[in-house]
Amino acid sequence: MTRFWVWFWALLIGVPILAFTGWGLQDNPRLFVITLLNGLTLASLYFIVASGFTLVFGLMRNVNLAHGSLYLLGGYLGFFTAQFTGSWLLALAAGFAAAALVGLAMQVSIFRFMPGQDLRQTLVTIGLSIVIADLLMWAIGAQVHQLSPPAWLDGPLRGLPVIRAYSTYRLSLLPIGILIGVALWLFLNRTRVGMMIRAGVDDRAMLAAAGVNVNLVFATTFAIGAGLAGLGGVIGAVELSMVPGEDTRLLLASLVVVIVGGMGSVVGAAIGAAILGLAETYGLAYAPTYSVVFTFVILVLVLAFRPRGILGRPA
Amino acid sequence: MSAADWRRAMNLQPRRLGVPPGRGPAPADRAPQARARRFTNPVRVHHLLVLAVLLAYPWFATPFFTYQIGAQALALGLIALSLTFLAGSGGMISLAQMTVAGLAGYMVAIFGTAATDGVTLGWPWWLAVIIGIVIAVLAAAGIGWLSVRTEGIYTIMITLAIGVAFYYLALQNYAVFNGFQGKQKVFPPMLWGIFWRDATPFYYLTLACALAGYLVVVYLLRTPFGIALQGIRDNPRRMHALGFNVTAHRVAAYAVAGVLAAVGGVLFTWYNGLVTPGSVGTGWLINILVIAVLGGLRHPVGAFLGAIVFVLLQNFAIDVIDRERFNLVIGVVFLVIVLFSRDGLLGWWAALSARMSTQRGGSPWTAVRKRSYARSSSPSPSSPS
Repeated sequence: MTRFWVWFWALLIGVPILAFTGWGLQDNPRLFVITLLNGLTLASLYFIVASGFTLVFGLMRNVNLAHGSLYLLGGYLGFFTAQFTGSWLLALAAGFAAAALVGLAMQVSIFRFMPGQDLRQTLVTIGLSIVIADLLMWAIGAQVHQLSPPAWLDGPLRGLPVIRAYSTYRLSLLPIGILIGVALWLFLNRTRVGMMIRAGVDDRAMLAAAGVNVNLVFATTFAIGAGLAGLGGVIGAVELSMVPGEDTRLLLASLVVVIVGGMGSVVGAAIGAAILGLAETYGLAYAPTYSVVFTFVILVLVLAFRPRGILGRPA
Repeated sequence: MSAADWRRAMNLQPRRLGVPPGRGPAPADRAPQARARRFTNPVRVHHLLVLAVLLAYPWFATPFFTYQIGAQALALGLIALSLTFLAGSGGMISLAQMTVAGLAGYMVAIFGTAATDGVTLGWPWWLAVIIGIVIAVLAAAGIGWLSVRTEGIYTIMITLAIGVAFYYLALQNYAVFNGFQGKQKVFPPMLWGIFWRDATPFYYLTLACALAGYLVVVYLLRTPFGIALQGIRDNPRRMHALGFNVTAHRVAAYAVAGVLAAVGGVLFTWYNGLVTPGSVGTGWLINILVIAVLGGLRHPVGAFLGAIVFVLLQNFAIDVIDRERFNLVIGVVFLVIVLFSRDGLLGWWAALSARMSTQRGGSPWTAVRKRSYARSSSPSPSSPS
């Protein structure tokens, strides 16, 4: 892309956003900043869930459409663990572990036997998501479950400049998301296993020829990706509450995030999550009837000009 | 570059099991004759038998079976047929077919008559149906134009995202779509003194539309357009090099599938008597895929087979297990089919008839051909760019 086009796109996208920011700050600064924080914290949750999705896809070319079900599963288990032990951190661990175990079981018992069959794997995950969603509804029921935040994150944080007060838990999602993102980046870029995973993304056959147990790498990646969905479930159980149907919502959010950001890229997932979270909350705050349409328009624009997402690479 | 990529790049087909290397799948003396016969007179005895059974069905079935099972299966089958056409011959799995169908239903309710608060223009039914189908086909072409930029798995995800976006639009918009309530009392018209929502007339109406859709697809697959589409499914790069406009063919396929889905959608809306956001929600988007895959994507008849099984399960899962557990039953059936058959019920049928024909002492060549059909992987939308 030449410098002209870079400027052209920067102006085309930047000027309306700047104009809107100026208008919003001048019109009602409190609403604008609160919406900004809401959007960023929602984006943080989306990022946690979608990064697992994109990790699994990047390595195995397997679109795990049961990802939303793993989110719900992790959330429910976290809820019951918290009820039982009263510890939020234990709930986080339980949600991660449960989703990771189910993901591991899926990888070992099903996906290992159909390598390279993208379509069949996708269909199987659709079937699994139907079954898991219905089993969860059978076991737990359709009523709303909401986890209460831990005591040290409960209540509002007072004395903030423009907005005066904001939910501490909600604000803490931002550092949690950044922490997980940085940890994931370090894991992928600075550790030996991460190196194997990246090598597997680029050339699976060559990695196997180099003497690495590819099945083990696959299983690990799948477990981590699934576990991140479960972790997101526990975190989201406080903010969004657990109810049948949330699985599809988060699955759709993950899909949009990775389509916009680019498949298989953690940084892309972060960008996509930020765009989706901000678009959704600003849409809800300023044009409630058509908030979904904004998401859709963004999707269409990205696809029209970058079919593989903002940071996507050709396979 | 992995081995799979190399193979794709070199356009080598993976070796098929069961077919001895270096030999054609059929002996030379029988093949042209059989092919010529099939081409000049494709109608066989079993086709006529099935048609006779379908026509006579309302005479020996109860109204419940005629309407709830027969008509519903045919209407759903028609919507699933649009996916079978797209996926089986075009290699594009679109989850937005129910969205197109639902849009047609909504448009019929909006331009025609419906007993709701939202917009209903009250135009004559035939005009509303035509406008509804045209709008739905335009939307289908638009969805196609967006999603043909992507391949394989990406197509599934983008069409799913579009479908869910439409669901939320219908749910949140009260001015046009009337929100959660949707459009109530959308009925087929009184015509020639017959109320077309009665069991038997409605059954024949859906049968006529389904049969027409089926024949159109079967015919289309033999036309140059259909052949080119199947070529694009198997190797878009080569077809592009041969001078075919790959994108145009794919968008056209979406439009054709849009017609089928729109007609099916109008019928399904009339069948239910209402159209709500729930009927274009994720559940139904997936259900259409379940129906198509359950039956098998290789042949148009698979869509109707899948629809019959789906509707039977939906109505009689109550007797097997709890009423609320329908999703569990259909999910498990779907999983079993996907895990153990390459191509739904049609794949099992092919495997079974291959085994039968060797046991009966039939030609081993037919058996090999059928077995290779049963074993070879179902049409994969993955393709090199």
